[in-house]
Amino acid sequence: MEPILQLEHLNHVYSPGTPFEHRALIDIDLSIEKGSFVGMIGHTGSGKTTLIQHLNGLLKPTSGRILYNGEDIWISKQRIHQLRFQVGLVFQYPEYQLFEETVYRDIAFGPKNMGLDKDEVDRRVRDALRFVELPERILDHSPFELSGGQKRRVAIAGVIAMEPEVLILDEPIAGLDPESREAILRNIQDYHATRNNTVILVTHNMDVAARMSDQLLVMSHGSLYLSGTPEEIFSQTEALEQTGLTVPEVTQICDHLRRRGVPMPRGLYTVEAARDALLAMRGGSSHA
Amino acid sequence: MEHDTIIRTEQLCFSYLQEEGKLPYQVLDHIDLQIERGSFVVVLGRNGSGKSTLAKHFNAINLPVSGKVWVSGMDTADEALLLAIRRQVGMVFQNPDNQLVANVVEEDVAFAPENLGIPPEEIRERVDSALATVGLSEFRTHAPYLLSGGQKQRLAIAGVLAMQPDCIVLDEPTAMLDPIGRREVLETVHSINRQRGVTVVLITHHMDEALDADRVIVMGQGTILADGTPSEIFLQVELLREAGLDAPETVKLLYALRKAGWDISLDGLFAEDCADRIAAYLQKAE
Amino acid sequence: MLSNITLGQYFPGESLIHRLDPRTKLLLFVLYIVALFLGKGLVSYAIMAIFLIVIIVMSKVPPSSLLRGLKPLWIVIIITGVLNLLFSQGQTVLFTWRRISVTLEGCYNAGFMIVRIILLVLCAFMLTYTTSPILLTDGLERLLRPFQKIGLPVHELAMMMSIALRFIPTLVEETDKIISAQKARGADFESGNILRRAKALIPILVPLFISAFRRADELAIAMECRCYHGGEGRTRLHQLKYARKDYVAYVIGIVLCVAVGILGRRFGL
Repeated sequence: MEPILQLEHLNHVYSPGTPFEHRALIDIDLSIEKGSFVGMIGHTGSGKTTLIQHLNGLLKPTSGRILYNGEDIWISKQRIHQLRFQVGLVFQYPEYQLFEETVYRDIAFGPKNMGLDKDEVDRRVRDALRFVELPERILDHSPFELSGGQKRRVAIAGVIAMEPEVLILDEPIAGLDPESREAILRNIQDYHATRNNTVILVTHNMDVAARMSDQLLVMSHGSLYLSGTPEEIFSQTEALEQTGLTVPEVTQICDHLRRRGVPMPRGLYTVEAARDALLAMRGGSSHA
Repeated sequence: MEHDTIIRTEQLCFSYLQEEGKLPYQVLDHIDLQIERGSFVVVLGRNGSGKSTLAKHFNAINLPVSGKVWVSGMDTADEALLLAIRRQVGMVFQNPDNQLVANVVEEDVAFAPENLGIPPEEIRERVDSALATVGLSEFRTHAPYLLSGGQKQRLAIAGVLAMQPDCIVLDEPTAMLDPIGRREVLETVHSINRQRGVTVVLITHHMDEALDADRVIVMGQGTILADGTPSEIFLQVELLREAGLDAPETVKLLYALRKAGWDISLDGLFAEDCADRIAAYLQKAE
Repeated sequence: MLSNITLGQYFPGESLIHRLDPRTKLLLFVLYIVALFLGKGLVSYAIMAIFLIVIIVMSKVPPSSLLRGLKPLWIVIIITGVLNLLFSQGQTVLFTWRRISVTLEGCYNAGFMIVRIILLVLCAFMLTYTTSPILLTDGLERLLRPFQKIGLPVHELAMMMSIALRFIPTLVEETDKIISAQKARGADFESGNILRRAKALIPILVPLFISAFRRADELAIAMECRCYHGGEGRTRLHQLKYARKDYVAYVIGIVLCVAVGILGRRFGL
C-alpha cells in the first residue's frame, strides 16, 4: 500500500499574533493509504474540520507540509486549483450550498469548473446520481423542491461528480433520520467499493465510524490522539473516555460483560461480532 | 382524570393546502392523545411522519383542520387564549441559531417575559433563575453566537423557562449537536422535568434519547403507531423497522441471540442491563 | 476570511463614557455634529478636537483601533480634500494650471473639511465603540418614541435593527462556509474580468439568500412561541434611566455647542 496523502509536522494557528490566537492543529503527522476508508472522530473543536480543509488546500498550514502522491501541494497556485478536484470535500450540511435552478446543473457545477467537455460532464452527472440512488427524472427538478435527505444526496453527488481520488465527507449524516442516514452511508460504501478511491469520513457517531472504516483517527485538542484499526481503537475504552468520547454501544456491553467475568474478546464493536463471540462461548452445548 | 392531563387532542387532523386539483396531503390523521402533567414523553418517527406538525399543535402555532386540541382545558382554536396557551407550553426548535433573538445571553432569556409585560424586577429574577437552571449563569453577558451548540440550545431552553411554562415541547433539539452537546441538553431537560415538575415532550429520531422516558410514542404516516413505556416499545424490533427507526444496539444484540436460539428476554435497554441479561443467561446455562 | 470585518464594533468597558445613558450619547453626538458645522476657524476646531480627545482618553478605547477604523475612509477623505482644494472660490491665487487655480482659501477649506470629516467619523466611532448595539437600539427607540404618534413604526424598526445585529455574525460565518464549500467544488472567485467575477458570486449569494429566508421564517415562529405580539404592553429587563452624569453631560454638550456657535458665526474663529 502506498500513501496518497501525507502530513508532516502540520501546524495551524488561527489569528496569530492577536488576542484570539488559537492553535487549531498541533504537529500532526499522518499518512493516508491509497484506497483506504478512514474514519475520523473527535469532538467539535478538536481540529477535525480544520484538518480536512488542509487536505484540499482550502487552508494553508502555518508550518509543516502536505504531500499528495508524494508531491507538496503548495508548490503553485495551479497545483492547488487542481488539487480541489483530486481531493473532493463534502462540507457539513452540504444541502445549504445548493444554488442552481436544476439538480442537473448543480451536480454539473464541479465538473464544469474542471473544464470538461459537455459529454463528459453529462456522463459524470448521471454516474454521480446513480451512486446516490436518485432517479434520473429529478435532474430537471429544482433542488429546493426535494426532501432534506434527497437534497443532501444531491449535494454529495455534486462532489462525487468531480470523481476525486480522495473523497472527504464532514458529518454527512448529521441531522438526518435513521433511514436517510443508512441510505447515505450505503451510498458512500458502494462508491468506495466500486471506485476503490480513498474515503475519509468525519463523524462523531462511534458506531458509524467503527462499522465503515479500515483505519480510525481520533482527534483531541488539535492533536492526533489515537490512530489504528477499529479493533485497536475500541480496545482502549479508557483512553477514549479520557477525551470525553464514548465507545460504540456494543463495545460497552462487552466491557460490562468482561467485568461480570464473561471472557469477551476486546475490540468488538458490531452486533454480529458480539453475537458470534457469545455463541462460540456456548459452543455446541447450546440447546439450539 | 381531566385535571391530570395537560395536553389533549381529539380526532386531530391536519393537512397542508396543495395546488388546486391535487388531493390535500394528510399530515395528521385523526390523532387522539393525552399527555399527563409532569410526565416525560418522547415522540419518535422518521422525517415526514408528522411528529413536528403534531408538536406545533400543542401551542397553537398550527391549528387543526378538523378535531380539537386542548391545553389545560383551553381550546387552541380560541384566539383570545393564544398568549395564555403559549406561555404555558414553550417550544424549543432544532436550529439553535434561528431561535435566539438578542445579542446578549440574558437579554435573550428576558425576551419572553418582556413580551408578557412582566415588571423589570421580576424579569430579573426569572432570567437569573432560568440561567442557573440550565447552567449558563456565568455567560450572562456573553454574545450568544460565541456559545457552543449545546450551550446555545440550553440558552433556548432558558428562554422558554423564563415564561414559567407547565410544559416544554422540544422539536429535535439535539439533531444538530455533537455528543457532548446532546448530553448537556438531555441532562438539562431531564432535570427540569424532575426538579421543576415541568412536562416534557421531546421529539427526536435518536432512539437512545427515549430510553429513560416515562412514555414513548411512535409516529408514522400521520398516525400513532405505538404508545407505551420504553421497554414495551423497543422490544418490538419489527415495528421499529417498519416505522423507519432503529432498535437500540442492546436490543439488537439480545434479539440476534434470541434468533440464534437463546432463551433470553429482550428487556435490557441500557448496556449494563443488557450485559446483566447475557451474564445471567450464560450462568443459568452452565 | 470575512472575520476581520468590523460592523457595529463595540469595545466592552466600564468607563464613564460607557456608562452614560445611550440617549445622552446619541443626542450629544447630534449636538457635536451641529457644533462641527457651526465652527468656522482654527479656534473652534481646536476646541472640538480637544473635546473629542478628552472623551477618547476617558473611554479607554485604544486610539490605534480608532485609526484602524478610519483606514477604509481615507480615500473619501482625500477626495473631499482635493475637491475643496480645487474648486473653492478665493482671492489669493497660489498657482494656476490650465484653468484650475489653487487659492489660499481653497487650502483652508480643504483642511477644515478634512478635519471636520475626521472628527465626525471619530465621534461616531466613540458612540458605537462605547455603546452596545442593544443599548443603542434601545436608546433610539426611546428617543423616537414621540414619533410613534404620527405613525412611525418605532418599535418595529428597533426590533428589526437589533435582530439584524444579532444575525450579522451568524451570516458572516455562513458566508465563509459557503465560500469554502464552493471553492471545494472548484469555484474561482479571484480571476477573470468584472463580469466573470460578478457571475462567480451567484453560487455564494443564492444559498445565502435562501438560508437567510429560512432563518427568518424559523425565527418568526420561535418569536411567536415566546409570546411576541408587537411592542404593545412590552416591558424591558433593562430600563433606561438618566443619572446625574447624564445631566452633566447634556450641560457640557450644550455649552460646547453654543460656545463654538458663537465663536464660529459671530467672530469667525
